[in-house]
Amino acid sequence: MSATVAPADRDLLTTIRRIADDVAAANAVDVDRNARFPQEAVDALRQERALSALIPTSLGGEGASFEAIAAACFELGRRCGATAMVFAMHQIQIACMTRHLDESPWFEEYLREVVAEQRLVASITSEVGTGGDMGKSVAALSAPENGSVSFEKQAPTVSYGDYADAFLTTVRRGPDAEPGDQVLVLSRRDQMQMEPQGTWDPMGMRGTCSPGYVASAQIPVEQILTTPFSQISAETMTPVSHILWSHVWLAIATDAFDRARAFVKAAAKRKPGEPLPAAIRLSELMSELSLLRAEVSLALSEFCDASENHRAKLSQMATILRFNNLKIAASEQAPRVCQGAMGVCGIVGYKNDTPFSVGRHLRDSMSACLMVANERIHTTDASLLLIAKEV
Amino acid sequence: MKDEIRQVVREHGHLSVDIDSLGDGDDLYQAGMTSHASVNVMIALEDTFDIEFLDSMLKRSVFESVSSISAALSEIGVPA
Repeated sequence: MSATVAPADRDLLTTIRRIADDVAAANAVDVDRNARFPQEAVDALRQERALSALIPTSLGGEGASFEAIAAACFELGRRCGATAMVFAMHQIQIACMTRHLDESPWFEEYLREVVAEQRLVASITSEVGTGGDMGKSVAALSAPENGSVSFEKQAPTVSYGDYADAFLTTVRRGPDAEPGDQVLVLSRRDQMQMEPQGTWDPMGMRGTCSPGYVASAQIPVEQILTTPFSQISAETMTPVSHILWSHVWLAIATDAFDRARAFVKAAAKRKPGEPLPAAIRLSELMSELSLLRAEVSLALSEFCDASENHRAKLSQMATILRFNNLKIAASEQAPRVCQGAMGVCGIVGYKNDTPFSVGRHLRDSMSACLMVANERIHTTDASLLLIAKEV
Repeated sequence: MKDEIRQVVREHGHLSVDIDSLGDGDDLYQAGMTSHASVNVMIALEDTFDIEFLDSMLKRSVFESVSSISAALSEIGVPA
């Protein structure tokens, strides 16, 4: 954060730190153990109007900066990865709407509603039959009839699908549109049918509650964002997702490191002056954490600079490569740090019921490589690298 | 130049329709060109016209139609 912090940012972060420490941390173990939604933390975020923090003041929101939102993801993620990821995903949807609503009266009014009612927005972007490529859809909007359209989409995962108030969904523009000719539509829960598919008992990020659904909706055409999804994806959804997710992963790794540090300190106090092999390993681990932190922090400043000064740059292949690489690098480095922390702590890190437990951190961080599979991103990057110049 | 652009798109764009059925301003992505195919179009254009696109040109909107490709090529000195 810069030296001059705006009041909206300062207030948000003060509030977020309190919620992280008092609410998210207190429930993190239970949320993880029972794979349940972090309701207490999300209620607290609602109570403090954090769900509308990114919405500009002109639409009634708090007008916090994107840097502050990223910092908030980090603060929450140090205490509960699932809470932070739900918060991050919601803010990604808000960013897509605020940056691409194109003066649509309907979307302006909806964002005012998010402010007033603290609506939680989820996304339905992944789809069965697309091979994990978010830039393609099978589901399509029907031809408009009396000003409304409908769709049905088979989604292998919808994070907090049972708890969201509304959903942003990618679909083909119309029945005859190509797989890549997508739009983003908002539907309220009462306009939808969400038929759950399968169960939710994953390895980590258990509190995000992300089973599959067959989602269908009927909506007025005003609820379609007019900006093509390909543009929203390049300018906002992809870089913002990769940056906010990376902040969550960095936070999880940072807390794992802090636990390892506390372990080493406790050992040093017990045997003052004696050589401590774990202390050396901790020092090695710090350089791994520093690499992760540098990558995440640089990506944030590059995105903010491009957003403010030359937004078209976000659509350039070299920039797309840059934010794709952030995702791959951070998602591989975070579990590495968590595993290193377990190595430092030994058995007390491995056990689930000590102050130095890092099992949840390790499991949560392992989800990172699956959130848009790294293999899929490598395939895209391999192609872009053939043509991009300065990367 | 537009004939050569069309030939490149025909060979590498993997359109779901014949390029002859499209106007110069029609959207190639809406005609089925994928992101992956568009990269192959870019490489083939560099080869055909013996040029290198600037990074600032390497974005979806520049390659979305025969006209936009032609404008980009003109910008880097390819004669019409």
